[in-house]
Amino acid sequence: MSEVDEKVAHWLQTNTFHHSEFWDMQELVRAKQEAGVTISLCIPTLNEEKTIGKEIIVFKSELMDRYPFVDEIAVIDSGSSDDTLEIAASYGADTYLSADILPDHGFKSGKGENLWKAIHQLKGNVICYVDADIKNIHPKFVTGLVAPLLYRPEIQYVKAFYDRPLALSEGVRPSGGGRVTEILVRPLFSVFFPELTALMQPLSGEYAVRREILETLPFPIGYGVETSHLIDVFQAHGLNAFAQTDLDRRVHRNQSTIDLGKMSFGILQSFLNRLRHYDIVSELPEVNGLFRQLQAEGRRYAMLNREIVEEERPPMISLPEYRKRHGRN
Amino acid sequence: MAKETECGATEAILEKREALSRLREILFANIVMAGEIPSPTGSERELTQLLSDRFTECWLNDISRDQAGNVAAVLPGKDSKRNLLVAAHVDKIWPESDDHTVNVEVGKMSGRGIADNSLGVAVLATLPLILKALEIRLKSNLILLGTTRSFGRGNLAGMRFFLENTDRSIDSALCFEGMNLGRLSYSSLGMARGVVTVEWQREGGSPDERCSGAIARLNQVVERILTLNRDEFPETRILIGSLEAGSGYNVPPGKAKVSFEIRSEDAGSVRCVEEKVASLVHRADTAYAGKVGVEMIAHRQPGDLGEDHPLVRQASYALDRLGIRPQVEPSISELAALLDKRIPALTLGITKGENRHTPDEMINLEPIFDGLAQIVSVLQFMDSAGFGFDG
Repeated sequence: MSEVDEKVAHWLQTNTFHHSEFWDMQELVRAKQEAGVTISLCIPTLNEEKTIGKEIIVFKSELMDRYPFVDEIAVIDSGSSDDTLEIAASYGADTYLSADILPDHGFKSGKGENLWKAIHQLKGNVICYVDADIKNIHPKFVTGLVAPLLYRPEIQYVKAFYDRPLALSEGVRPSGGGRVTEILVRPLFSVFFPELTALMQPLSGEYAVRREILETLPFPIGYGVETSHLIDVFQAHGLNAFAQTDLDRRVHRNQSTIDLGKMSFGILQSFLNRLRHYDIVSELPEVNGLFRQLQAEGRRYAMLNREIVEEERPPMISLPEYRKRHGRN
Repeated sequence: MAKETECGATEAILEKREALSRLREILFANIVMAGEIPSPTGSERELTQLLSDRFTECWLNDISRDQAGNVAAVLPGKDSKRNLLVAAHVDKIWPESDDHTVNVEVGKMSGRGIADNSLGVAVLATLPLILKALEIRLKSNLILLGTTRSFGRGNLAGMRFFLENTDRSIDSALCFEGMNLGRLSYSSLGMARGVVTVEWQREGGSPDERCSGAIARLNQVVERILTLNRDEFPETRILIGSLEAGSGYNVPPGKAKVSFEIRSEDAGSVRCVEEKVASLVHRADTAYAGKVGVEMIAHRQPGDLGEDHPLVRQASYALDRLGIRPQVEPSISELAALLDKRIPALTLGITKGENRHTPDEMINLEPIFDGLAQIVSVLQFMDSAGFGFDG
């Protein structure tokens, strides 16, 4: 067994959790108080009126009203044209337009932008990000991710993974990520960052991170934000800074293959940028931001070109406004 | 000593309606969670577990699950001499494989079983917190009961088991149904449910049968049942609820079923119609190469608390004060089992809604607080003095 395999095997034993280990809410509240942690829940949105209300109701009731676990629930929106913000506010969330946060720095359209601005806007020293499109919402989506940070000070970044069996045979359950993970990200990690293959679902949109880590990370504003985070945290702190929690099942809308192609293109750009940043591959050409797909109408075929440029926000700690607001010198 | 309506208590609750709305997130979360757990009749374990967890979090006493799968808990009263019962059935009509996603919009929720009876279950789970928020401490013990096996072949088995086996004497009871606000049930119809099954022999038979298999004979049986309905028992209703036969376009089915329900305020009429159905099924079987049979799967005895009963008057008064017109309708659900035992009981609806028993079943959220005010007002009245079945 190679050194990497041994590390990964050990990490899987020690840093992989199941949400059911953290069922006792009273104990979690006690651990939170003992750890002196404040927790902000951030839900980035763009036209999520169908699912946002339910998420807010369940999180607010179970994690604020019944048990004082989460200190704030914030929806940070990219400019929804539907009733996302109205619904979220009606059920008690703090709602923000991403464009209104740090207005001097402008607004860029993308989920990563909302996640980045949340670091400035929210107060907690742990931020838990949860996507807004989860249909089977449950408090475990927050408790399962935050709990390892309460009990294990060396853990900085906790990722969710879900039961997505690819096949079942004699009790062995190959656990896979989504299509983009298995076809793009895992092969890239296998070549360049083999230890990161220990993460079951590196692209999952649910994770909890300590503020001290988040504020040091550059943020691609588009599809590459999660991949970029993993590489940066790994380079700075190693695999043991990560943990992952099995949240069993996540029901959400499925994306089309065309959309997954766009997503993969954005991730690939961010990945290549990180390779360049860490000087891992020499003489990497400038990344071309034009993504080319084909479409057919009858027997007429045409290129469908889209400009997908993974712009990047700087680490939040580099902004004077942030340092002032959060008392960082 | 029976009391007249308790006006003061109702007024006090109405004044505290604002306190009720402070529990809205907790109540709404309970509706969502109860709504997203599949709970078909006979497989209610997961939903009763949720109720049991909620009862535990409210520090209730004697939380237990009985042999029928019911979950019960007790909120102890100040003097503990009397026992009041509040109940909601936890089973839904939808199979486990269906999508149980609850959709939440501003002011409303929708999804399978959201009104029948996720809302009723959620109110049961939240009731101890509601009473606490209103600073109400009952004199009587309050038994909170989530009952199983209400629908169809379940035949109210959960509630019946509880009433047969509980060692507590129940003074009076309330049953919660999600909709509609204003529903006031204090009587139960006599009822019998059955299934007629036709099995067709593939060889021989009439040209109709060779083309339509078991459907031809089932059709004749249904027509005869409906004729029976019209001509012989005008006061009794026979409802045809569902038909099942075949699986495609071009193969005559070998088996066909019809489910029916007989309803009447008179137990004798129900029995008589049931015998007539059995007789006509027997005749259809005798003259048939295949098999025709009937199985009766559920029965209810009629019962009536009477519109002048103090409990009925109190519920009407509370609705009147809330500006809601009472919709008096007989029940065939848990209320029937309670009235069978001569326990003064009502079924109350909690909110307004639409599309009952469809995948888009919808409830309005704000009227729920009127429903809660009515429930608490009636509950306080039940607590204030004992009364018998006859008032």
